[in-house]
Amino acid sequence: MREIKASVIAETITRLSQETNFDLGEDVLAALKRAVETEESPLGKEILSQLLENARIAREEHIPLCQDCGTAVVFLEIGQEAHVTGGDLSTAVSEGVSRGYTRGYLRKSMVRQPFSARMNTRDNTPPIIHTEIVPGDHIRITVMPKGGGAENMSRLAMLKPAEGRQGVIDFMVKAVNEAGGRACPPLIVGVGIGGTSDTVMLLAKKSLLRPLGQPNPDPETAELEQTILRKINNLGIGPLGLGGRTTALAVHIQTMPAHIASLPVAVNLQCHSARHKEAVL
Amino acid sequence: MKNIRIKSPIDAATIASLTAGTQVLISGVIYVARDAAHQRLVWSLEKGEPLPVNIKGQTIYYMGPSPAPPGRVIGAAGPTTSSRMDIYTPRLLADGLKAMIGKGNRSPEVKAAIKEYKAIYFTAIGGAGALLAKTIKKADIIAYEDLGAEAIMRLEVEDFPAIVANDIYGGDLFEQAQSQYRIDGD
Repeated sequence: MREIKASVIAETITRLSQETNFDLGEDVLAALKRAVETEESPLGKEILSQLLENARIAREEHIPLCQDCGTAVVFLEIGQEAHVTGGDLSTAVSEGVSRGYTRGYLRKSMVRQPFSARMNTRDNTPPIIHTEIVPGDHIRITVMPKGGGAENMSRLAMLKPAEGRQGVIDFMVKAVNEAGGRACPPLIVGVGIGGTSDTVMLLAKKSLLRPLGQPNPDPETAELEQTILRKINNLGIGPLGLGGRTTALAVHIQTMPAHIASLPVAVNLQCHSARHKEAVL
Repeated sequence: MKNIRIKSPIDAATIASLTAGTQVLISGVIYVARDAAHQRLVWSLEKGEPLPVNIKGQTIYYMGPSPAPPGRVIGAAGPTTSSRMDIYTPRLLADGLKAMIGKGNRSPEVKAAIKEYKAIYFTAIGGAGALLAKTIKKADIIAYEDLGAEAIMRLEVEDFPAIVANDIYGGDLFEQAQSQYRIDGD
């Protein structure tokens, strides 16, 4: 059994919350640079260049990449040999988010009683915490600030098994088309297929943590990713919906087994400000 | 790309001269309001109460900034999705609002109201919050401070970049540009 202090977890999350809002990942930067080269629309090209310039300013001046610093989604992979000491784990995560968003001058976007009063909680808590118990004695922490505009375009379909591969393609392309410019394309399209209605949404979100454009290891799924990506980029939506070839930078699909009666499909869209950072304790 | 410099508040002649797809640099005064502020503004109008800011002839930017770090005017300050404001927009246009800045397309009702009231809708670059903040020279909260990031602010901007998305002639950049690059029958 290895001991990990709750205070260390909180401090790590404080740091990651800030870093991820200032520093766009190298994989995303590389994909945007490639898109500047390949985009056919002059306006689209210009917008993509300005997104790269935005990332430079954010990194150098510690101004958030986007004013929407997101819901703080925190993934914890907890080794079964790890033992958290000196406090409660979810309190530590919450404290880490609160401090990170306050110290980093990040926007606090969470409201209480969402269907009525909608009073801001003032420190961006509560975070959304996903835990998974894994072998080993480490804790892997990933902080993903998820912006509201793209998250609002999430979709779930419980398809009939008979709809199969084509049903998945049609549903995905429709979801991206309906989102149009509102989800801040170029997008990373997170897709979950299989499981149950609850797990498939999480699968779609987790697929966004994969390095941008890394194909699914299963060749059939990787081929489906490429097919959907091509169809999405044929929609013509383009950067910020202002026309062009670059509507999505990548499609990431994660699958799991499903019930004989079910073909669940979920879409979780990630805007171009694709922020997530991890640390292993 | 050509950029036309314009002043906000934007006069009727300038609005009439702008068509979908034109890139502009806006200088002058713009007001910031998003979801919760729109709800309160429209409630006030419906109850016949005075608004905390006179919107006649003005420009509203759909935005909720991140807090200003020490020594800065504002934090990141990019546009939010305009369609969430669609339900309130025709009422504000009827009351004299002339220009809006946000991101993403608008509802048929808003497009019709833009034509009817001779107003204009600009799209700014979503997710370029750090870049756009550079054009904001002064920022003051003027109403609904309790709303935090959703308070109404008055901004003074210099060369704020935006693109005409919907004009008074019914032009719609989102429709025009997307159909230009769409490939059918794949």
